[in-house]
Amino acid sequence: MESLTSRAKLVERKPMTWVEKLYMWNIMKGMLITFRHIFKKKATISYPEEKRAFSPVFRGLQILNRDEEGRENCTACGLCAVACPAEAITMEGAERKPGEEHLYREEKYAAKYEINMLRCIFCGLCEEACPKDAVYLSETFAPANYQRKGFIYGKEDLLIPHPKTNPEEYKKALGNRAKNKQQQN
Amino acid sequence: MLALDWGFVLEKLILIISIVSVSLVIAMYETYAERKVAAIIQDRRGPNRAGPFGILQPLADGLKLFMKEEIIPNTSNKMLFVLGPCLAMLTAMMTSAVIPWGDRIHFTLFGLDRYISLQIADINIGILYIFGVVSMGVYGIMIGGWASNNKFSLLAAMRGASQVISYELPMGLSLIALLMVTGSLKMSVILGQQLDGWYNVVHQPLGFFIFLICAFAECNRTPFDLPEAENELNFGYHQEYSSMKLGFYLFAEYINMFISSAVMVTLFWGGYDIPFLNDAEAVKNIGYNLMAVFQGLVLFGKILLFVFLFMWVRWTIPRFRYDQLMNLGWKGLIPLGLLNMVITAAVVLWLTK
Repeated sequence: MESLTSRAKLVERKPMTWVEKLYMWNIMKGMLITFRHIFKKKATISYPEEKRAFSPVFRGLQILNRDEEGRENCTACGLCAVACPAEAITMEGAERKPGEEHLYREEKYAAKYEINMLRCIFCGLCEEACPKDAVYLSETFAPANYQRKGFIYGKEDLLIPHPKTNPEEYKKALGNRAKNKQQQN
Repeated sequence: MLALDWGFVLEKLILIISIVSVSLVIAMYETYAERKVAAIIQDRRGPNRAGPFGILQPLADGLKLFMKEEIIPNTSNKMLFVLGPCLAMLTAMMTSAVIPWGDRIHFTLFGLDRYISLQIADINIGILYIFGVVSMGVYGIMIGGWASNNKFSLLAAMRGASQVISYELPMGLSLIALLMVTGSLKMSVILGQQLDGWYNVVHQPLGFFIFLICAFAECNRTPFDLPEAENELNFGYHQEYSSMKLGFYLFAEYINMFISSAVMVTLFWGGYDIPFLNDAEAVKNIGYNLMAVFQGLVLFGKILLFVFLFMWVRWTIPRFRYDQLMNLGWKGLIPLGLLNMVITAAVVLWLTK
């Protein structure tokens, strides 16, 4: 049969010679290779001292966003809860009282917002469904916990730090989205 | 009081206890060394979280084994079930009785003046004793397989036992060739000849090679670790064991490795002989006790090199199939051992003409 390219190599299937059947030489060669690997650089990353860099689209823990003045974006519309395939998000809405304009952006806000990290599959559909840019997935993991109730994250655990009182933490938590926002604006 | 030499009994007892505890500690750290060596060869780091550099890792493993639930199956033969791992451990430790761990120490405390030899039993059938005890190791495997009351465990135990006994034959043949060269079965005599002359590996290179391969097979180490593979995947002969009994089986393998290395070093590589040093003169200069310490360190250094060799080969070669294993043992090593015997006999006769 004609070969399509010139890169095809003919497979040689000669029976092993007497020396090859002894196999000792091959074993020695293998042992030399493993010995050389002892002195090569190790590929381990010592977590938690060193951390691996994530890609910008990494889907980690959720964060509830605020706008630049520090008002919460979330209006408890429930679109993220409906979009979640694992039914991990639950929320309760409440009405904004007259003295709380600096806390919440619109008249309805989420009084209770809970995500069950054991159910969450980190798919990002809640981030895509949100109309107010209130939920997005950041670059952190959900750390380990001894009990189940430690995995149900409430609103305080998920809120981004206040941009006026904690500007550096806010910037760090915003991460890559700050760049995207600047590109949008 | 009985007409016993109580000093003799006491010194042997202390020697036994210290050697057994040293073997146990070394076997414990061999598990740690195995993981570290495996990691270093595989471009990763190995356990380094439990204590500095992971030194306390074997303690954590031992604690885990202790804490697991001890299950004895209802339909098993209860006495044999417990006996299996005990036998494996027993034969692993018994071989350490005839290995010379050092020359002599000069005990001068309490007004006594004794020379205590660091070999527990210097019997005149030294090598034959080792061979016999190793043959008893088959019992541990077979009893483990039978007492589990499990057809698959029994079959796996048969395979493991057949591997062990088919590699005892070439081991015996290489020992016969060694006997032709040394002329005595006594371990101290064999070692004595190596102190003055060349190491036996120079006299018997092929014999050493065969003995090395058989030691790999006796300890169930890769590439001959078919019994271990069976136990991981499906019903092997220690599938039904849990907790400390399983720990005994696994531990017995590591102690076997340590003792096999010790035997190989003693028979072929000069035991506690410090190379390039005339031992008799050194003893006159620094005394027996310090010399015993140095000799012990040299012996452990050589043993550790061999243990490293065991682990190095483990992470290099894939394991043999059962028929390849049997072929190698019966059709490869036994003819080689016989050839070695014939050549040795011819050379010995020619040299002593």
